[in-house]
Amino acid sequence: MTAPIETTGAQTDARPEAVLEGVEAKKIEGRSLGQIAWTRFKRDKVAVAGGVIVVLLILTAALSRPLQSLLGLDPNAFNQDLIDPNTSLPKGDFGGMSWDHPLGVEPKFGRDILARILEGSWVSLVVAFGATLLSNAIGVVLGLVAGYYGGRVDTIVSRLMDTFLAFPLLLFAIAISATLQGGAFGLEGLPLHISVLIFVIGFFNWPYMGRIVRGQTLALREREFIDASRGMGAGGPYVLFKELLPNLVAPIIVYSTLLIPTNIIFEASLSFLGVGIQPPQASWGGMLNQAVDFFEVDPQYMIVPGLAIFITVLAFNLLGDGLRDALDPRSR
Amino acid sequence: MAAVAVVSSAGLLLSACSKADDGTEDTPKGAGVNAATKGVVNESTAKGGTVTYASSDAPESLDPGNMYYAYGFNFSRLYARPLMTFKPGAGEAGNELVPDLAESAGTPSDGGKTWTYKIRQGVKYEDGTAVTAKDVKYAVERSNFSRDVLSLGPNYFQQMLDDPDKYKGPYADKSDKGISSIETPDDHTIVFKLNKPFAEFDYLASMPQTAPVPKAKDTGVDYTKKVVSTGSYKFEKYDEGKQIVLTRNTEWDAKTDPLRKQYPDKIVVNLKVNKATIDKDVMSGDTMIDIQGTGVDAQTQAQVLKDEDQKANTDNASGGRLVYTAINTKVAPFDNVECRKAVEYAIDKVAVQTAMGGPIRGDIASTVLPTDVTGYEKADLYATPDSKGDVTKAKEHLKACGQEKGFKTSISARTDRQGEVDAATAVVEALKKVGIEADIKQYPSGKYFSDYAGVPAFNKKNDIGLIMMQWGSDWPTGYGFLQQIVHGKAIGQSGNTNLSELDDPAINKLLDDAIGNTDEAARTAAYTQVDQKVMEQAAIVPLTYFKVLLYRSPYATNLVSSSAFSGQYDYLNIGTTEKK
Repeated sequence: MTAPIETTGAQTDARPEAVLEGVEAKKIEGRSLGQIAWTRFKRDKVAVAGGVIVVLLILTAALSRPLQSLLGLDPNAFNQDLIDPNTSLPKGDFGGMSWDHPLGVEPKFGRDILARILEGSWVSLVVAFGATLLSNAIGVVLGLVAGYYGGRVDTIVSRLMDTFLAFPLLLFAIAISATLQGGAFGLEGLPLHISVLIFVIGFFNWPYMGRIVRGQTLALREREFIDASRGMGAGGPYVLFKELLPNLVAPIIVYSTLLIPTNIIFEASLSFLGVGIQPPQASWGGMLNQAVDFFEVDPQYMIVPGLAIFITVLAFNLLGDGLRDALDPRSR
Repeated sequence: MAAVAVVSSAGLLLSACSKADDGTEDTPKGAGVNAATKGVVNESTAKGGTVTYASSDAPESLDPGNMYYAYGFNFSRLYARPLMTFKPGAGEAGNELVPDLAESAGTPSDGGKTWTYKIRQGVKYEDGTAVTAKDVKYAVERSNFSRDVLSLGPNYFQQMLDDPDKYKGPYADKSDKGISSIETPDDHTIVFKLNKPFAEFDYLASMPQTAPVPKAKDTGVDYTKKVVSTGSYKFEKYDEGKQIVLTRNTEWDAKTDPLRKQYPDKIVVNLKVNKATIDKDVMSGDTMIDIQGTGVDAQTQAQVLKDEDQKANTDNASGGRLVYTAINTKVAPFDNVECRKAVEYAIDKVAVQTAMGGPIRGDIASTVLPTDVTGYEKADLYATPDSKGDVTKAKEHLKACGQEKGFKTSISARTDRQGEVDAATAVVEALKKVGIEADIKQYPSGKYFSDYAGVPAFNKKNDIGLIMMQWGSDWPTGYGFLQQIVHGKAIGQSGNTNLSELDDPAINKLLDDAIGNTDEAARTAAYTQVDQKVMEQAAIVPLTYFKVLLYRSPYATNLVSSSAFSGQYDYLNIGTTEKK
């Protein structure tokens, strides 16, 4: 059923590409939307660089624990013999950099910064991906339903979105994170903190995705292929998920890639404020929080997690922009 | 290497030149590390000049009847004279209580249930009217019995005065009679009648709440804007949230006051100044005192301690405070004393100390009473090698407790107190080594006692077995320190400060008996005993005797860091040799 759409898309969109590559016009093949997007994406060097970094980051995060044991690092081991007790600062220059601790050790506890960055990477990415998935799931379903059915359903869902958007999110997140510390979802400790973060960040961010999907659905539902599908007797869920959804994949992917860096920053902010990941578990925001007290005397400690967040967020943003340009050239 | 050497010697030359040029105008040399905790620094009777203070916050109130911060108690004495006060003195010498508005210390009668004070002759308000005993009575009434209007201060008088008629305070009860248990037989005598003997009443009489307030000039909660002075200084300007300016009180008479000296012409307090800026200003001499007296921040500490010249201007003062982990005796498995003892042995106090900022921020503690509170006696019931924890002994006690494999629990700390969270992190790490998995739970300090750790039901529900805490007493005796944190009666359903929920009849009796005993030596001995018993119960793990690092301005005179005010400088007689 999806085939006709792709062909239409390929025909309208592929033409300028074909002309561009018309020099070796020997074999003109029909290309899918995906292939065309990939060709465009490959040309955008900046986006490719972003993509490569993102892939590396995901690999690092996924292999964080094995990497740590391979390098013989422990993110929670104290090395207070490397700390000057009077100043709380690492002994030696550049935040106590040495072969054993290539990025130095943190003040006060002397824990290895590299190990904590590695350990923090998976926390950041798990929370960011989890929250993005959650807000997408809710946003896409409600957006589709609102856009397709319209009328009273649309009114209710739209007002619900307005309500959620009107929430003072940060304040609410702080409050809810504090109350849920006692235990929620039958979890405790680190899994609990991660789930709470995913819930808080994901559950309140869905209206953004919801609005985009609703808008697109409104435009698409009047198109002929939907009429045709309905005419052939297709039911609501079928039209929603088999006809409409595949046409929304592009904006969803683009928006998700742009939502991930926002969520990474949100997670870091909550941990920075002390309501996110709880010590002793390492997290980038938590490290920044600790580093603030020592910024002037041990800048090293702030630079490392700061750079980690900066690079990650930048890479995801570049990738997201590149994907948007590739998948939806009209938005350029 | 050669280049480096040249550069540094050039630097030396330059600084040598500038020193020679400036001559005597160079920054005065520091008096040495901890000089103001041992004696008076820059002792001087020079008059004139302006003493400048700065605060990173703004005081909620300057009304002597509506404040609770130690720095408020300290500063208020410049414009309000309580019956008794602490004599300016270095370190523990600052704990000496002397008469201020009163002629002499209170005379107890009726076995410590009645306290009589004679008020000095010739003390006047800034407008020239004479101070009478009725004004003192009124000040106590308004500050203790009108909690709906003036809510910030402590309410010890309300708890202790005999009050059969349920007095409603001067704002609700307009009759001239006031509370019946404070009698003023003449203008210079005031008699307090208590509901039970209380041997340390003089300490209560030292609170600014006993500083006289003229009823006709009282404007309730707004009195903070125009406090009528009895001290050596009066308000010239109070720009709320910005600046306080005090000038000499011309009606103040040195003959009525053996304590105050009235050295500077003016006292200025700049409010809402960034903390890092305050530290820098104090070091450069633009500000003389950080009024909150909480010490320099971590960065300044690191910078100052690296430089011997700057270090010579610091005071590392202890202020009668204890940093500890309360073990909740009502949360399983800590209801078993053996499990509590395991924690006592497991914690690596050196790691905690280093995490909190090293020995500068507190000496390692092994008793409940801090070293500068009466009743302290050196002891270490759960001694471990170098105080670094003893895994073997901890495991033995875990075994005795039937928890050989360890267990899970939670530890609470205040989100906005980084030092406390850091200490908790170090505690968690040490407990992990003996098999106890503790999960850190952070709560905001504003509601720590009202909604979280201070609510026994909350702790039970959330399995919070360990609670991070810091405690300083309202007056520097064992009773003032211990009663609120170990007496069974102090356990409350909310706002609880007896976090261990310790209700031991022997401890309760010792404290109750002691406070009714007018023999000071016997009281002190009882406090030591209570300390020992609490440690035997392993209800509290003392971590450090809290200390602050103050930077001493070389331009301020008569500086003494007083134990009575949490190690702050005594603000009564600070003068200045102004920066040229």
